[in-house]
Amino acid sequence: MTDAILRVQDIRKSFDGNGVLQGVSLDIREGEVVVIVGPSGCGKSTLLRCINGLEAIDSGEIWLRDEKISGQTKNLHLVRQKIGMVFQSYDLFPHMKVMDNLLLGPTKALNRPRQEAEAEALEMLDRVGLKEKAYVFPRTLSGGQKQRVALVRAMLMKPEILLLDEITAALDPEMVSEVLNVVIDLANSGMTMAIVTHEMRFAEAVADRVVFIEDGLIVEEAPPEVFFHAPSTERAQRFLQSFTYTSRRRP
Amino acid sequence: MQGLGINILFKGINFQRLLGGLWVTLRLALITIGLSCVFGFLFSLLTLSKNRWAKAVSRLWLEIVRFMPQLVLLYIVYFGFARLFGWDVDGETSAVIVFTFWGTAEMGDLIRGSLTSIPRHQTESAAALGLTQGQIYLHVLIPQTLRRLTPQAINLCTRIIKTTALVKMINVTEVLKVGQQIIGQFYRQPDAAFWVYFVIFLLYFLVCWPISALSRMLEKRWA
Repeated sequence: MTDAILRVQDIRKSFDGNGVLQGVSLDIREGEVVVIVGPSGCGKSTLLRCINGLEAIDSGEIWLRDEKISGQTKNLHLVRQKIGMVFQSYDLFPHMKVMDNLLLGPTKALNRPRQEAEAEALEMLDRVGLKEKAYVFPRTLSGGQKQRVALVRAMLMKPEILLLDEITAALDPEMVSEVLNVVIDLANSGMTMAIVTHEMRFAEAVADRVVFIEDGLIVEEAPPEVFFHAPSTERAQRFLQSFTYTSRRRP
Repeated sequence: MQGLGINILFKGINFQRLLGGLWVTLRLALITIGLSCVFGFLFSLLTLSKNRWAKAVSRLWLEIVRFMPQLVLLYIVYFGFARLFGWDVDGETSAVIVFTFWGTAEMGDLIRGSLTSIPRHQTESAAALGLTQGQIYLHVLIPQTLRRLTPQAINLCTRIIKTTALVKMINVTEVLKVGQQIIGQFYRQPDAAFWVYFVIFLLYFLVCWPISALSRMLEKRWA
């Protein structure tokens, strides 16, 4: 596949002799939304962290377009400017107002003029329904609002690809959809994304391709309509079954 | 000689003498606090270092400071070093050495604690924005460290100011010593001691209270 913008080739990563990723290869095309699912501890979050250089890989290679990004240490920050990432715990900077959170990357990392970036930030905030929150401190926001701000903060860097690591896992159920709708909007606007999530319905709605990982290996890769309704591997079937319940009141 | 003992404070230059003593106290405290901030920062680097020996040295230093009474340290430096090494250090210099030795370890430990209490995710999300290590410290870690540090650091500063009263034991004429001299001159005035010490109490209060009020204000603003 030559049109892949991100190529992960046979990467391995272990923590204290514990093989978390045991040879994972994955290509992501421009504009594609890849959802990564799997049981807890299967290595899916580690995969995203390795792509962004937050964890160094033990072997294998990661390429972003024509640039090999794994094994770099010196210019890691330049690589990360092209790869956005949003985490489970939102992690807005608590000592800065929403706008300063949004502008830190564009003005300091990209050296863009503040006024221009601010206008763009307001426009993006408006798109996620948070324009009136631009000049408040993060502590006054709900979890769902914080996570939408975190998404805008990542998007303002105009990344080539966006990595979302269980971004709704820490949210109250009623706030999950307001965040995931923003992600679906981003997907519709052509943003390339790799998403780790436990929200299976969302995964089915947003994914172009689902990747199922277990024990540090890709077990199954399929379009969502196939994966969620007719998974070919027994392990994927077992995993999906853990999301369904049988009623105890059977006739 | 009847009358209020408080009047003796307004006789001659007694009150000015007390203020002079207070200035000695404050000068000592300010020099100590300033040096403790600078060296405390370096101390925190020592505690955060991956080097085993650097860690061990900082650990030992902190333990000594925690368990050794400041007065004993003052005597060791003022009397002990003079005999042992033939150093002729005056009282004020000894006091600066001892209090800085103490303040450095405590300030350093506070800085370490504040810095390491910031969740790792703050660093990671700043890194994910493509900021350099230096920018992460400048814009994300240091501002948050200062906010966490301020209440504790101010508490340490007021403790340092109060502890300087010990230096009268090594012949430094600070505010308390001046007070005792005044009381000595007016030994026939029975309530002189009460009023002089009461005024000294007020002077300490007037110095420490605004500092801690400032700290409370900052805490509120940053909450």
